[in-house]
Amino acid sequence: MATHAPEKVTLPDELLSFVEEWRDKPGNLIMVLHKMQQIYGYIPRAEALELARVMDVPLAKIYGVITFYHYFKLKKPGKNKIQVCMGTACYLKGGQDLIDEIENLIGIGVNQTTEDDVFSMESVRCVGCCGLAPVVMVNDEVYGKLKKGDLPEILAKHRGES
Amino acid sequence: MKNVSCYINDIEVTVPEGTSIFQAAKEANVKIPALCYHPDLPAWAACGICVVKLEGSPKMMRACATSVGEGMKIITHDPELHQVRKTVIELILSTHPNSCLTCPRNQNCELQRLAADFGIREIPFEMNVPEIEKDESTPSIVLDPEKCVKCGRCVNVCQQMQDVWALEFIGRGDGTRMAPAGDIALNDSPCIKCGQCSAHCPVGAIYEKDQTREVVRVLRGGEKHNVVQVAPAVRVAIGEAFGYAPGQISTGKLYAALRRLGFDVVFDTNFAADLTIMEEATEFVERFANGKGKLPMISTCCPSWVDFMEKYNPELIPNFSTAKSPQMMMGAMVKSYYAEKVDKKPEEIFHVSIMPCTSKKYEIARDEYMYSTGVKDVDVVLTTRELARMIKSAGIDFANLPEEEADPTLGIYTGAGTIFGVTGGVMEAALRSAYNFITGYNLPKVEFEPVRGLEGVKEAKIDIQGTEVRIAVAHQMANARRVVEKIQAAEAAGEEPPWHFIEIMACRGGCIGGGGQPHGATDEIRKQRIAGLYVDDKAQTYRCSHDNPQIQAIYKEFLEKPLGEKSHKYLHTHYTARKLYQR
Repeated sequence: MATHAPEKVTLPDELLSFVEEWRDKPGNLIMVLHKMQQIYGYIPRAEALELARVMDVPLAKIYGVITFYHYFKLKKPGKNKIQVCMGTACYLKGGQDLIDEIENLIGIGVNQTTEDDVFSMESVRCVGCCGLAPVVMVNDEVYGKLKKGDLPEILAKHRGES
Repeated sequence: MKNVSCYINDIEVTVPEGTSIFQAAKEANVKIPALCYHPDLPAWAACGICVVKLEGSPKMMRACATSVGEGMKIITHDPELHQVRKTVIELILSTHPNSCLTCPRNQNCELQRLAADFGIREIPFEMNVPEIEKDESTPSIVLDPEKCVKCGRCVNVCQQMQDVWALEFIGRGDGTRMAPAGDIALNDSPCIKCGQCSAHCPVGAIYEKDQTREVVRVLRGGEKHNVVQVAPAVRVAIGEAFGYAPGQISTGKLYAALRRLGFDVVFDTNFAADLTIMEEATEFVERFANGKGKLPMISTCCPSWVDFMEKYNPELIPNFSTAKSPQMMMGAMVKSYYAEKVDKKPEEIFHVSIMPCTSKKYEIARDEYMYSTGVKDVDVVLTTRELARMIKSAGIDFANLPEEEADPTLGIYTGAGTIFGVTGGVMEAALRSAYNFITGYNLPKVEFEPVRGLEGVKEAKIDIQGTEVRIAVAHQMANARRVVEKIQAAEAAGEEPPWHFIEIMACRGGCIGGGGQPHGATDEIRKQRIAGLYVDDKAQTYRCSHDNPQIQAIYKEFLEKPLGEKSHKYLHTHYTARKLYQR
């Protein structure tokens, strides 16, 4: 029975001590889930099930939260996270063209990850530097005043680093 | 409690403080339309159809979620409210497939009724119906999320009433769905198949898995010996589908209808309930008086409760009665004892049960013990709702049917058997017999009032020859959880268990409120159905299972004695710890 059930996993001490710190505080679930995403880059299924057990919270409740907020990811992201800004300024300055061009170059749309796990792309609402519109962030680096033609070089640079 | 007086469209009503405007209007015989509100559940304020106004204020508030205040002047109907409600209904319809004619809830749908009442003739908004696949993974219920109106009833039922947490709101905005956690099939989730979501769904988004065609095919085929059993709670509810009041006892007409549908033999699950009592009460006496086995002993007639326990509390497995449910005992007896009598092989018999329950569909293939005769002991389970549809489509005029009798071999029952369909009934029936088994004579008064009624957890003490027996009865899974927690706490503290014998039923009110019963159950209706079963109890010649002459015959001719060798082969089962999530 239950042959394809998720394997039992152990959560890292960093997360477990965070859970203890927050255990009796209101709003603890979302704080712990933030921490979990920080550690794994997303909310992995087996780990979420174990977290449900540790926190004595139904898994359904965890999924209610992580599917409500766009911030949480259910799938493992690529090694390099491309964030294309679609805030008002970037949108007007052609953010969508950048998304289309990235799809053209590496074959993934928004919220997708390349087969080799090197890149994943998402669209975000304003990264806080509208003066540089249109803006793309790759990991922690900001690229502003971008033209489509700038993208191959940026992607190549991060591919090389990964 | 303090009372407050208010005005509903100038009609003065006095209601207890805290009453919602919705309920207060009901008192004034004013119907406020609503879609998400259900009296079993906390007000959710999701649909926005029950909006009302206060005199002198343009603000609209939701009648379900607003309490009345002293002197409040409430307007429930005016042209503006009508227009707002109509627009909301049109908006809901614009996200709802226009497939009423082929929907399982056709003519019995709360949204359809609203559309009719409001005279909706067109949908002025662009249609936006999501394409989402049905989930048919469980043997009991089907999820059709395309039809979901996001009223939230199923989620609240699953989480608050049942404490099961199989369903949750997934996503947000117009992408919200009711689904198990994380893109898995319902059958891989903690779902216990109780079907309360389907009983509360206002539309056709959750419904029982329909197996009527399968049954009709076999009945028409003429190759099998067709045997049917009908559960206690069905007889006091099926009449509702034919215009009778809830609680009306339709046993005789039900037998007649089943024969007209083509069943060769009609048996009554109530007989099997008597048989269950013989085994279960004996088992209890063994544990209680002779110290053989763990206490408290917990009843196992409810497959949803069994499923819940196997997933959430497998440590209680030693406390579970090993007696099968009446449905499964009947199945085993039909294909062994009865089969021998009529010289048939088990595989020549097609055995259908009519149940108030969606979970019974799961139970018949739960594990290998459900095949005790070498084949499936019960072939197909139909819910009360499915049977009502079959009767209608076969052109049977239910109201004018003659009253018939069940076939006697496995069809004679006692009052103890019939109250199995109500919370507290299994306990009451078991006590009637356990008392006799210990003392040698029947209780002077067989009615045991403390276990009756809709209180979530009922406790009582009974004196059997100077020994105190402590019992508890719980219905609706969230209440069962409270009982389980108390047992665990006593065990952890090294104390004696708080009770010796516990009955648990997953649905509110017991099987009479089952997930497969006619739609629209509220406490009002549950009470009427319950009253019907107690009337049926009183009307029986025998009130105690061990007095049933047919029960005495089956032990004499076939089973020999309770907990004997044959009983173990046919009438008892085992339990397995199961994972909460299969994936």
